[in-house]
Amino acid sequence: MLLVLSRAARRSKHTRHIPRSAAIGLAVIALYLALALFAPLIAPYHEMAIVARPYEPPSLRFWLGTDTLGRDMLSRIIFGARNTLGIALLTTLLSFLLGGGAGLLAATAGRWIDQALSRAADVLIALPKLIFALMILAMLGTSVTTLITTIAVLDSPRVFRLSRALAVNVSAMDFVDVARLRGESAFWIVRKEVLPNILTPLLGEFGVRFVFVFSFMAALGFLGLGLQPPTADWGSMVKENATLVSFGNVIAIVPAAAIAILALAVNTVLDWAMNLSAGLTDETGMS
Amino acid sequence: MRVQGKWAFLQRGLRATAQRALLGLATLFVVSLIIFLAVSLLPGDTAEALLGHDATPEALAALRQQLLLDAPVQVRYLHWIAGVLHGNLGTSLSSGRQIADLLSQRLPNTLFLASLAAALAVPLSLWLGIVSALHRNRLADRLISGVALVSTSFPEFFVAYLLIMVFALKLAWFPPLSIIQPDTGLLDRTYQTLLPAVTLTLATAAHMIRMTRASIVSLLSSPYIEMARLKGLPARRVILRHALPNALGPIANIVALNLAYLVVGVVVVETVFSYPGLGQLFIDSVAKRDIPVVQAVCLIFASTYILLNLTADVIAAVTNPRVLHPR
Repeated sequence: MLLVLSRAARRSKHTRHIPRSAAIGLAVIALYLALALFAPLIAPYHEMAIVARPYEPPSLRFWLGTDTLGRDMLSRIIFGARNTLGIALLTTLLSFLLGGGAGLLAATAGRWIDQALSRAADVLIALPKLIFALMILAMLGTSVTTLITTIAVLDSPRVFRLSRALAVNVSAMDFVDVARLRGESAFWIVRKEVLPNILTPLLGEFGVRFVFVFSFMAALGFLGLGLQPPTADWGSMVKENATLVSFGNVIAIVPAAAIAILALAVNTVLDWAMNLSAGLTDETGMS
Repeated sequence: MRVQGKWAFLQRGLRATAQRALLGLATLFVVSLIIFLAVSLLPGDTAEALLGHDATPEALAALRQQLLLDAPVQVRYLHWIAGVLHGNLGTSLSSGRQIADLLSQRLPNTLFLASLAAALAVPLSLWLGIVSALHRNRLADRLISGVALVSTSFPEFFVAYLLIMVFALKLAWFPPLSIIQPDTGLLDRTYQTLLPAVTLTLATAAHMIRMTRASIVSLLSSPYIEMARLKGLPARRVILRHALPNALGPIANIVALNLAYLVVGVVVVETVFSYPGLGQLFIDSVAKRDIPVVQAVCLIFASTYILLNLTADVIAAVTNPRVLHPR
């Protein structure tokens, strides 16, 4: 037993330097970010430009061939990085704004507001998200704003629960009492005393939520209710080129591979980060 | 404690179950309200939004009649939910068929797929979870957790297409699409359903492996396990006879949670394999804006999901000694 413990302790000292898997993950994330930021400079063609006949095989001119409409696959993948990642990032930000804001409010604004918000979160969290997102988008249509708002609202209760729990713990601290007795306003207390103390775990959660939202959006795109064509989006590109798969064309699943690799990279980095700050939840892939 | 007798813990277990069942019922009610009210999200006149601009006035009037669009909202809800509870779900707008008929065709297929996936995923992940707990931090454990990380990260449609490319197109062992008729025999049905089921297995197993491993590892550090070990019992016996029985509660909870996930996961997988189940019906109806069907299927998915999560919750509560034997 003691031997195991001492070995574990020795191992945890070594976690200061980044393990190889996490380093590769970080490099992959950096590559995706670069593609997203500089897409117009890197891509040989525009995402919507029809540049050749459909189903052109890979060649020197079209590295990954052309898609069902004769658009350059590589260019669409590169622009896809920008569109898909951008939307997922915006959605996660909005989800944190909604969930985090409501969580802080619930933790500081008294019992009734807390009860109302918590029960609403209980219901929202009990819904199967994919099914409800599909139903709501079927009713409201799939404009970019609708897409972002719907997913952010469906995703926000998890952020709410975490930020509320964290904020409740902090606001029971003596220094918050002192600030209250000093006559500081509730907003000041949240901004200066509570928020700085819960920011680190919230950042970890941001990574988890981002992977979830990103994969979720990809599934929506694949099911036909994500970002709409002709905008290049990895999820809907899989759907568009699905017929190619039955001809054994490997190129068709490149957009799906792009999604898979990024999700794996982020999860690898998160896995390492969570081991560092053990005590955070073990839920990276689910729900 | 002693005065209350041996039935006290049973009473507490029942109370915990009743509390959660009540909460589940309330959630189901709110969910049915949301699904019902979602129709009013449609822009403009509901009947026109459902039928399109070129609908005849007669068709519009008939639909208004069917959906009671002129009645106040609470009357409409009661009418709808009473119909649902009697198995009368209305008619599909695109095919004109009874929704209940559509569902009775599709639901068994989806249940078959989900059960096959569960039958593969649950034993496999319990076994792998126990193996990694036995060999924790050694090669087998690292290998298993690496594979688990990969399979949670990969989206289901990617895994599905990879499986199709390898096992259906390269090796031609399985059909790329699942062709299932109502009269397909059990053996052929299993054969046609195997690739979709394996996809779902890969999607859910990772989480179950991780949680099984975690719950056994956390038990292994408890004093009674150390005692068993100090008595000189072999590691295998310590895990299977001493640790596992106490981990069964948490593990049952994990299994129920993943079954809930499985039910929703069928949507993507059925679409890839054009498997004739509820998920495909749902996506088709969403694409055609066949709202009554969308609502009905959504209600089925949502209630199954909520009930399975509720089961997980109840299992977690009644197997938790702190709930049953409070100080």
